[in-house]
Amino acid sequence: MNSMPATETSVDSVSDSKADQLAVLLENVQLTLTSEAGDVNILRGIDLEVGQGEAIGIVGPSGGGKSTMMMVIAGLERVSSGTVETAGVELNPLSEDDLALFRRENVGIVFQNFHLIPTMTALENVAVPLEFAGHASTDEICAQAQKQLEAVGLGHRLTHYPGQLSGGEQQRVALARAYASEPKILLADEPTGNLDGETGKVVMDLLFDLHDRAGTTLLLISHDPALAERCDRVVTLADGQIVGDRRTGE
Amino acid sequence: MLQGLPLSIKTACKEMRAGLGGFRIFIACLALGVAAIAGVGSLSDAIEAGIAKDARQLLGGDVALRLLHRPATDVQKAYMSRTAAVSEVVEMRAMARALEGHNRTLVELKAVDDPYPLVGSIDLQGGGELKAKLARQGNSWGAVAERNLLTKLGLEIGDPLRIGEATFRVKGIIGKEPDRVASVLSFGPRLMVSSASLEETELVQPGSQIRFRYRAVLPDGVTSEEWIERIKEEFPKAGWRIRALDQAAPGLQRFIDRVTMFLSFVGLTTLLVGGVGVSNAVGSYLDGKVRTIAVLKCLGAPSALIFRTYFLQILMLAGGGIFIGLLFGGLLPAAAAWALQGRLPVDIQVGVFPVPLIVAALFGFLIAFTFALWPLARARAIPAASLFRDKIAPSNLKPGWGYIVLTLMGAGMLSALTIVTSTDSRFAFWFVVGALISMILLRISASGLRQFAKRIHKSKWTELRLAVANLHRPGASTNSVVLSLGLGLSVLVAITLIESNLSRQVNARLPTMAPAFFFIDIQPHQVASFDKTLAGFDGTGEYRRVASLRGRIVKIAGEPVEEVSIAPGSQWAVRGDRALTYAATPSDGTRIVAGEWWPENYIGPPRISLDANLARGFGVGIGDTLTLNILGREIQAEIGSLRDIDWRSIRFDFAIIFAPGALENAPHSHIAAIQAPKRLEEGIEDAVATKFNNISIIRVREALQAASNILAGIGTAVRATSGVTILAGTLVLAGAIAAGRRRRVYDAVVFKVLGATRATVLKAFLLEYGLLGAATGVIAALIGSITAWAVVALLMDMRWGYDPLAVLSTIVLCLAVTLAIGFAGTWRALGQKAAPLLRNE
Repeated sequence: MNSMPATETSVDSVSDSKADQLAVLLENVQLTLTSEAGDVNILRGIDLEVGQGEAIGIVGPSGGGKSTMMMVIAGLERVSSGTVETAGVELNPLSEDDLALFRRENVGIVFQNFHLIPTMTALENVAVPLEFAGHASTDEICAQAQKQLEAVGLGHRLTHYPGQLSGGEQQRVALARAYASEPKILLADEPTGNLDGETGKVVMDLLFDLHDRAGTTLLLISHDPALAERCDRVVTLADGQIVGDRRTGE
Repeated sequence: MLQGLPLSIKTACKEMRAGLGGFRIFIACLALGVAAIAGVGSLSDAIEAGIAKDARQLLGGDVALRLLHRPATDVQKAYMSRTAAVSEVVEMRAMARALEGHNRTLVELKAVDDPYPLVGSIDLQGGGELKAKLARQGNSWGAVAERNLLTKLGLEIGDPLRIGEATFRVKGIIGKEPDRVASVLSFGPRLMVSSASLEETELVQPGSQIRFRYRAVLPDGVTSEEWIERIKEEFPKAGWRIRALDQAAPGLQRFIDRVTMFLSFVGLTTLLVGGVGVSNAVGSYLDGKVRTIAVLKCLGAPSALIFRTYFLQILMLAGGGIFIGLLFGGLLPAAAAWALQGRLPVDIQVGVFPVPLIVAALFGFLIAFTFALWPLARARAIPAASLFRDKIAPSNLKPGWGYIVLTLMGAGMLSALTIVTSTDSRFAFWFVVGALISMILLRISASGLRQFAKRIHKSKWTELRLAVANLHRPGASTNSVVLSLGLGLSVLVAITLIESNLSRQVNARLPTMAPAFFFIDIQPHQVASFDKTLAGFDGTGEYRRVASLRGRIVKIAGEPVEEVSIAPGSQWAVRGDRALTYAATPSDGTRIVAGEWWPENYIGPPRISLDANLARGFGVGIGDTLTLNILGREIQAEIGSLRDIDWRSIRFDFAIIFAPGALENAPHSHIAAIQAPKRLEEGIEDAVATKFNNISIIRVREALQAASNILAGIGTAVRATSGVTILAGTLVLAGAIAAGRRRRVYDAVVFKVLGATRATVLKAFLLEYGLLGAATGVIAALIGSITAWAVVALLMDMRWGYDPLAVLSTIVLCLAVTLAIGFAGTWRALGQKAAPLLRNE
């Protein structure tokens, strides 16, 4: 551990920028990773502004930097240079623990591989972020987690472990978990990538439904152009750069 | 089974190419347990080989005969001299005094004749011939002594000292005495003099506590058995104890057997603990092989091939671990020979002892087989379709009954091997029962802990809630840690409590009631004067003096002792000569539990009062008879009463007390004891030593201190040995934590993604290990305490006392070990960067 986590007040107080009205602001973001084969430029001068409540579809070929950009926005990856502001918080100066506190308050993530804790039941998995937030009693947390699972149609699977659920069900648990703490921003990285068409559609309908109802900002990475078209904007990434940014329906 | 074996071997070899990283703990667990068993067995065999090699030297000849109180008759001596080369040695305890000053000390006096030693040679520091050193020069005799004696008396070589009425000059220091077998509790340093000088000391009185030893070297062509047979025929009522080469050092042999048995049990416990590690390692390894097994099965590999492949792999790895264990165990005699050089009465024979190595290897394979079978059978039972599922599904699989039967067979064979290879099968049986019960109790406790954790998940503290939840989640290491570390700690708690109870007996309880002095060899004509001398001291406590002589039980209810089935706990009474006394009235505190004490003025046939425990062990009761050989005369006495004797009290008590009339006229001496405050001790010793040269004085405080030191030494050794078991438990713990490290890293990353700080994750993990360690410590403390209570109260029949500090320190140790290893194992999980794992997963 490098340092103890900052208080939540200090994290919130960082927001003094032009991006007060923006959910995400990336300015000239560069990310270079060093490997045995030499330096690899993953992100090469990304500039992106995402308004609050917007739904952005991020598309592009594999290896273009989509997932990395999402990690950067979530504070899971540090940039080599440039500015990253998410939910009005500049992430670069934050310590690892500050970033964890930031995520707890602001960001929900859905992964392609679900990333559920295999030894926890569906209910426990959804309850985890609420427990970390620590704002409610155990009973309230359980009730809230159960409500989230019921909202994704898994009220009958509360005590099942991930291994006992189908892929679609696991992704719905991941979705419920991401929404459990009512984040300002939801990041979804290929959420249907491991699901069949029909199951994928159910999950996506749920995702957009929750986005519409909660007014959450949504960044959705997808290989499926049709899915991206359901968003307000489509941003195309290739070779670590934004090569397209358009409003859908234009 | 053999069909497809080559393919299994080929597949197993290919599988092993991936490396053996996950098997380090597996190999270490097996190696440690096998090394312990092989080492103990090899060392025991090496010492026994040393005894066998030095048997003639230790015995002093081919045959040794011992008489108490009296020498052999001239006829007996003549017979011995006629049929063999014979040497006579006289041993007794005596007081040695410096001529100048008041220094005096009790010595183990040994008077030797010219032919001594018949076998081997005595090493004198600085050289010289024994006979010349012991010869008379002018007014004094020569003597040689252990250096300790000179230190105690403040003497130099050549200075005089007094033994009884004779003066000796110390002419040399004994380096090594060929026939001295170390006794655990020695009353003083050795002083060796010439037999010819003994008369002058005037210590050889009728009834004195003297041992006359005759060693015979037989002529070629005469075997020990024949010679013993003939001398028994010639002198059927001589009353001597005869030993041949196979009993050169029976006390030492018994001691080694006992220690070997005990240490073997410690080794076995270590191996059992290691078994849990084996099971964990195999399970964890196969969990990591789920995808490989899935692919193999999808490609058409039958379940049997999967089982054989991994079984062979485990077998090969077990072979490696066992080989390492045998190597270290086999080298122990050489290491011990080097480390214990000159500290044992025999030379440890360095060499390879195949039997203990084979036994240890068998134990190793049986443990590996029994503990690896279950996870192997589970891997076999996984259907190919479910292999691509997550980690939860496999744990619900139950292997078929065949594997349960095989596992039980393995456990049965382990038990049988334990009992068969032990020197005391009854004790080994109870060890097996105890180990089984302990393991079952630990398993039940672990399940109880998991259930309890399930129920108390509603804590308001997030970290605590996560920690408690981790104790009962699928894949939790609760079971294996409680079982392995718990077993090791139970042993430690039990040993610590047993030792603290024994120490308390010696240190705390006894001195309050123990006398200050024992006096031995008080001659009948000195009795009045001796009583008067002690009565002259004001402030002394209880004083007791009784007649004492020794005799050997030769018949029980008319049957020769060799033909009577005697309980193991009572065999000591027929092993050698027993102290006897006679009394008209029972002493204070005597508890008659059957029959009646004889009238004070009893006149009639010989009658005895017997220790009730011995009567039970002999299978005799009131009205039955015991026949004793006392000074060569056989006396048959009827049992008139049985007494309950507390042997732990330091007071005079005799297993056999004769009614008046039978022994008064036999040559005997008296022994006495007196309680006195410390301030009077010097004066009393001075008065007795000055006035009665022949009376030996034993300071009880010193003897108790010596006993206490020995106990403390044994305790330390035993605790150190049980440390090996804890080490095995720690290995298993480390293995369990290492096996779960991947999951921990994953959990930590996902927690961090969901907003947990590193402090939260660390607190949760440490709380988990803390709870696990504390719970395991408490469970082990309970099981260890019950075991110690059973041993102390039921087996040793001693008063039970609890030592909460010792138990608490064990719990703290457990907590510290789990926290330290848990922390070391999870520290890296905290530093894991989230992005690479999330990307690669």
